[in-house]
Amino acid sequence: MVSRHYFDLELESLHQDLVEMGSKVQESIDNAINALKNQDVELSRQVFKNDDIIDELEHKIERKCINLIARQQPLAKDLRSISTALKIITDMERIADHSADICELTIKMADQKYIKPLIDIPKMAEAAKKMVNNAIHAYVTQNVELAEKVCADDDIVDDYFVKVVDELRELIRENPDVVYQATNFILVAKYLERMGDHATNISEWVIYNVTGVHKDLNHDDLTKIKVNK
Amino acid sequence: MVTCNNISLDQKDIAIETRDLNIYYGSKHAIKNLSMQIKKLDITAFIGPSGCGKSTYLRALNRMNDLIPITKTTGKILFDGININDKNVDLATIRQKIGMVWQKPNPFNKSIYENIVFALKYYGIRQKQILDEIVEDSLRKVALWDEVKDRLHKSALALSGGQQQRLCIARAIATKPEILLLDEPTSALDPISSGKIEELLFELKQDYTIIIVTHNMQQAGRISSYTAFFLLGDLIEYDETNVIFTNPVVDKTNDYIMGRFG
Ligand SMILES: Nc1ncnc2c1ncn2[C@@H]1O[C@H](COP(=O)(O)OP(=O)(O)O)[C@@H](O)[C@H]1O
Ligand SMILES: [Mg+2]
Repeated sequence: MVSRHYFDLELESLHQDLVEMGSKVQESIDNAINALKNQDVELSRQVFKNDDIIDELEHKIERKCINLIARQQPLAKDLRSISTALKIITDMERIADHSADICELTIKMADQKYIKPLIDIPKMAEAAKKMVNNAIHAYVTQNVELAEKVCADDDIVDDYFVKVVDELRELIRENPDVVYQATNFILVAKYLERMGDHATNISEWVIYNVTGVHKDLNHDDLTKIKVNK
Repeated sequence: MVTCNNISLDQKDIAIETRDLNIYYGSKHAIKNLSMQIKKLDITAFIGPSGCGKSTYLRALNRMNDLIPITKTTGKILFDGININDKNVDLATIRQKIGMVWQKPNPFNKSIYENIVFALKYYGIRQKQILDEIVEDSLRKVALWDEVKDRLHKSALALSGGQQQRLCIARAIATKPEILLLDEPTSALDPISSGKIEELLFELKQDYTIIIVTHNMQQAGRISSYTAFFLLGDLIEYDETNVIFTNPVVDKTNDYIMGRFG
């Protein structure tokens, strides 16, 4: 018998760290989108700072996981919880990176009048953020149903992506002068789409943690991709 | 000899410390120039292959080696501001403040109650009410009270091995020590009883400084905050347990931790 009590305390503290990291990641998405909408350079820089904190948290959690594996030799459910933590912090950290990526573009375009009012991108951001929030919440509450919902919601974000990119292409066709901003907004959309993918990854690991089965719910069926005419 | 002692504590955090401690059995040099500081109110584990000097060093910390006539101990053992490796110290006081629990549970052939009050009576405590209180308190601290409260005056030898060991810990803490020394306290016990002792030590570290010798490396990993690796009378590496178990500096420590020794 291992010292359950001690191990449970350590798991609990790991859990708290993950919740803290999750809330920082959520904050970074919010700030990145508000900064983009309001062309707010100051807020963008804050997202960079926040990103450093998130990186530190990632390392701290990584350390804890490795120490736990080395010292407690967890098995079965305990082992799954720790490998899940190790996997999802990578996805969380990437999500925060994409917030920072968006802020980089925001700063580059800060002095320009936007070529169009931002309508779908904020909606898309909202959908991506909801996925991330739900994924983190699913982890915290070990809720498989919610995790499955996150995976399903990825379609919403993907649909926005196609719509936003199509519109921006159309704008470029009409007026090639907008190409700089339009391509930047396409990148923003891509970053948001990737956030949705990372939220899906997190949810898959939550499902694995609870059920022991890791299903890849993330990727579209690549065999169905057709040549664009 | 490559060695690495990374533990250097603030004075207020040191429970006990040795400086250049050497211990001989006749001409055999069993502990070589060992200097280390032990963290207060925490668990420190000594690991290393059998015969490397863990027990010898542990016994020095409350002068138990004095009971072995051929031993000679040089160097300093600093406890509560004095060098207790000194002819003039009062050994009874030292052993009251630094208690020892042995590998094999060794309750006296007396009742459970008498086991706990034995030392207290020796130290002159007589009032029944106080003794009763200490018995209950000590047994509660080792999570034995509920199991034995109805048979306090029955023989301690009727208890299971795990219960006997918890009784020995209760006996050691009854005199309100500052430090508990434990020499492989679970090696004679089954895994469930060992787990209970580990759990117990983890609780007790709030009130006592605990030093545990263990040949079970996983046990050191599970419960200690600091780990010292001994080899042939030398302190090879001493660091936080997290470091010793994930990234030790000395190759020999690494080999031992990975189970590739010898
Ligand atoms: N009473 C003794 N008389 C002589 N030599 C001893 C005695 N006790 C231990 N030794 C020797 O001292 C060395 C360290 O022993 P010990 O402290 O018991 O090691 P450990 O606890 O790490 O197994 C060994 O070589 C052992 O043979
Ligand atoms: Mg020994």
